Amino acid sequence: AMLDPDRGLSLTIARVVQRLQASSLHSQLERQARVSLHKPEIKLESLKEDIKDFLKTSGWEKKLQNAVYSELSVFPSPCHPAAPPEHIKEPLAYMRKAQGSWEKRILKSLNSMCTELNIPLAQKRPVNEQKELLNKWNEMGTDEPDLSLFRPVYAPKDFLEVLMNLRNPNYENGDQPSFRNHLGLIQVPLKVKDIPELKEDFSELGLNIGQLGIDDSAQVPPEFFENEHVHVGQKVLAEQDSAAAQQYVRQGCPTALRADLWALILNISNQPEDILYYEQLKSNVIQHDLLVDSLIYKDVKLTASNDDYYFVFEDYLYQVLLCFSRDTSVLEHFAYSSATPPKSYIRGKLGMEEYAVFYPPNVKYNSFILSVAPLCFLYHEPSKLYQIFREMYVRFFFRLHSISSHPSGIVSLCLLFETLLQTHLPQLFYHLREIGAQPLRISFKWMVRAFSGYLATDQLLLLWDRILGYNSLEILAVLAAAVFAFRAVNLMEVTSLAAAEAVLADLSTLKVMPLLQIFLFATVT
Amino acid sequence: FRIMAGKVKWVTDIEKSVLINNFEKRGWIQVAENEDWNFYWMSVQTIRNVFSVETGYRLSDDQIVNHFPNHYELTRKDLMVKNIKRYRKELEKEGSPLAEKDENGKYIYLDFVPVTFMLPADYNLFVEEFRKNPSSTWIMKPCGKAQGKGIFLINKLSQIKKWSRDSKTSSFVSQSSKEAYVISLYINNPLLIGGKKFDLRLYVLVSTYRPLRCYMYKLGFCRFCTVKYTPSTSELDNMFVHLTNVAIQKHGDDYNHIHGGKWTVSNLRLYLESTRGKEVTNKLFDEIHWIIVQSLKAVAPVMNNDKHCFECYGYDIIIDDKLKPWLIEVNASPSLTSSTANDRILKYNLINDTLNIAVPNGEIPDCKWNKSPPKEVLGNYEVLYDEEMAQSDGADRDLRSRPGQSPGVKGSRARESGKPVLTTWK
Repeated sequence: AMLDPDRGLSLTIARVVQRLQASSLHSQLERQARVSLHKPEIKLESLKEDIKDFLKTSGWEKKLQNAVYSELSVFPSPCHPAAPPEHIKEPLAYMRKAQGSWEKRILKSLNSMCTELNIPLAQKRPVNEQKELLNKWNEMGTDEPDLSLFRPVYAPKDFLEVLMNLRNPNYENGDQPSFRNHLGLIQVPLKVKDIPELKEDFSELGLNIGQLGIDDSAQVPPEFFENEHVHVGQKVLAEQDSAAAQQYVRQGCPTALRADLWALILNISNQPEDILYYEQLKSNVIQHDLLVDSLIYKDVKLTASNDDYYFVFEDYLYQVLLCFSRDTSVLEHFAYSSATPPKSYIRGKLGMEEYAVFYPPNVKYNSFILSVAPLCFLYHEPSKLYQIFREMYVRFFFRLHSISSHPSGIVSLCLLFETLLQTHLPQLFYHLREIGAQPLRISFKWMVRAFSGYLATDQLLLLWDRILGYNSLEILAVLAAAVFAFRAVNLMEVTSLAAAEAVLADLSTLKVMPLLQIFLFATVT
Repeated sequence: FRIMAGKVKWVTDIEKSVLINNFEKRGWIQVAENEDWNFYWMSVQTIRNVFSVETGYRLSDDQIVNHFPNHYELTRKDLMVKNIKRYRKELEKEGSPLAEKDENGKYIYLDFVPVTFMLPADYNLFVEEFRKNPSSTWIMKPCGKAQGKGIFLINKLSQIKKWSRDSKTSSFVSQSSKEAYVISLYINNPLLIGGKKFDLRLYVLVSTYRPLRCYMYKLGFCRFCTVKYTPSTSELDNMFVHLTNVAIQKHGDDYNHIHGGKWTVSNLRLYLESTRGKEVTNKLFDEIHWIIVQSLKAVAPVMNNDKHCFECYGYDIIIDDKLKPWLIEVNASPSLTSSTANDRILKYNLINDTLNIAVPNGEIPDCKWNKSPPKEVLGNYEVLYDEEMAQSDGADRDLRSRPGQSPGVKGSRARESGKPVLTTWK
């Protein structure tokens, strides 16, 4: 049902107010207002106005603005006051159902692993083990527990199989001729953008607009773009304006400013209570052992430890991921995610809520790891690193692991990728399909990891600048298509899936911004 | 009469594929040492023989070798320190602003080698210094060894009693130079990344010392210790914590064979810019270039600048947590062994670019050439310092050549073609 825009707005306002009233910012503002009563410029006759002015000049209004902006960015607008909560999670019933089955499958797999190995999903750690873990908290990478019996819960291609089998039961093949011609792996008719729409959405990536990743290369004198861009970035940071920062990073972040700009956009300020929260999570890790922990260990060992860039940060990855798997505040995001967290109880405490442990659902542990690792290049204080990662997860990355109809969800990204390729490189698409190398089979793993572990770190960070700037993951699908376009000549000559994989095996030399620009703005459509 | 228009004949006594593949890809011909050869990539033992009084022989104009006869002035730990100390004193004597000292008597621009003494010769001087900071840690290194062999840490005088006894016996009962040690103040506040200690390996090619012309390889790397760094004294014996030599790290339990515990210098740069800011990162890299050039200038006067010679050094540098770089040592024969696939590629390209500069056009060399290659052949090398060009640019270069003094330091990116790119402190 169509919602009257005013109604929608007032609902949104009500929700934001409700959430902010419960936040620490609210008590801080109250405190500030009370403190200001002692100031000479606050007069009784014009109390309300004077306090408002004070909050403005002291920067507190800006903090409030940022908090509101953050809420709006993260939570979707309500569709209808009568809409049930499931609809906010995911409006399409068949998607909800598919996500539900997928979760059941994963939980089944976890449970059977527990039974096989005779390890509980969760248990309290004996005291001496707790002490030991606390001692080596900063170097868990040196541990070599026997992980040979642990299997990864699932591989990217398992997830891809599930997505390929999604069908909308209300949809008849004959209804939409345009979709009947879709020859890719995804067979659900979600709406995805075409290049003219993408050009509009990503207009700041246009050919005549300066970009970091292009206009800061060694051949370009810095007076041309870079110096001014850095200057603007410094001003944005001085103003502490989230919305301005988000607009700014569309043209890329200067490396020295990136950490602060991302924190500003994600509204992370690392307050004492945030540090305390992190310490609490850490003590949860010390006290309780989860099956998931071993899976995390195994995956870190398999992926980050072997990565040219990220091996250095192995220890930080354990610290972040182990805490994350116990962070119940993450549960809030399930209100707008199609996923529901499986719940488990500490052994012997079945049914007792305070001993409940939530598993981040559909945790493709590999993907987690590689989405934490690049952040280690920016933040080396553990609680800040943790918060940044958590915020990135609840805003973006969770959509890569759950089945939904959201435009930034993995299903839409896959469909967007395939559509772009089929529409603009039809010869290449048909050729690859003919030889049994459906393009999505190759690009899926890139998108599900937001390209982490495939691109050089500096390029990855430039890409993630734009994810934050546009508050969308669609750029991942566009980049995937751009990579295929870039290597089209070689790909046209291959005759097998393995050969196609080989052509696209090494993305570490790619420069993402030129690829994106050329694909969007300089390709004849 | 030699046939000049022929293929280069090469010899080597270092059986490494990164070398041999490079010679073969140029169509050069392998010959034996006793035959007529044009290019000999030799070990340091061999260069000693070639230039020794008893076994040496004259090289002809069409013969090139990869070491300077007395490279050890730079590559032996004790001689390097000696030469740098001498260089500083000379500058001080002539009143050069480079030799300026701060209020504590430390050189402002030339304090880049940790305090070092020779043992047993300087034992008493060392004790004096040690007593000023009795809680400090010192690192003992044998002068003549490589790959981390024989190195150990001490924090008590009793641990080096042996050298005290030896110093008291007649100084004429000299140790053979193989048993001489240097003892240096251990840098116990290294910059840590991910909690791990690392050092920098940079490759520097010198084609001539007088005038000094040297190149820096852009693709240097960081070598990480596999174990978390701790300054705790209980771990002094654990060489895996303290030494970054790959030869040592390779035997640690955690050594990884895919990335070999290495990072590229550009990774380091990205990390430092992201976490510390651009200015301090640029300043750090400028200082690194500075100390390399100063170390070469220090030995230039005593180097036998034989025109048949060039040399590719492996510089080891440690950065402390205040982002100050320290020169630890210079290697005459940087390892050509590859620990990973990436490593192999890097070293192959290193040799390739080195040969392109040292043996122009891959043709039979004439050692009398001006050693000024066109910039197209530099490959991954960048000009670090070109004395001739620097002097032709006008007046007193040294006065203006101070790190951190020139405004608008831009780091090592080329902005104008043709200019030496790394000398932003000019």
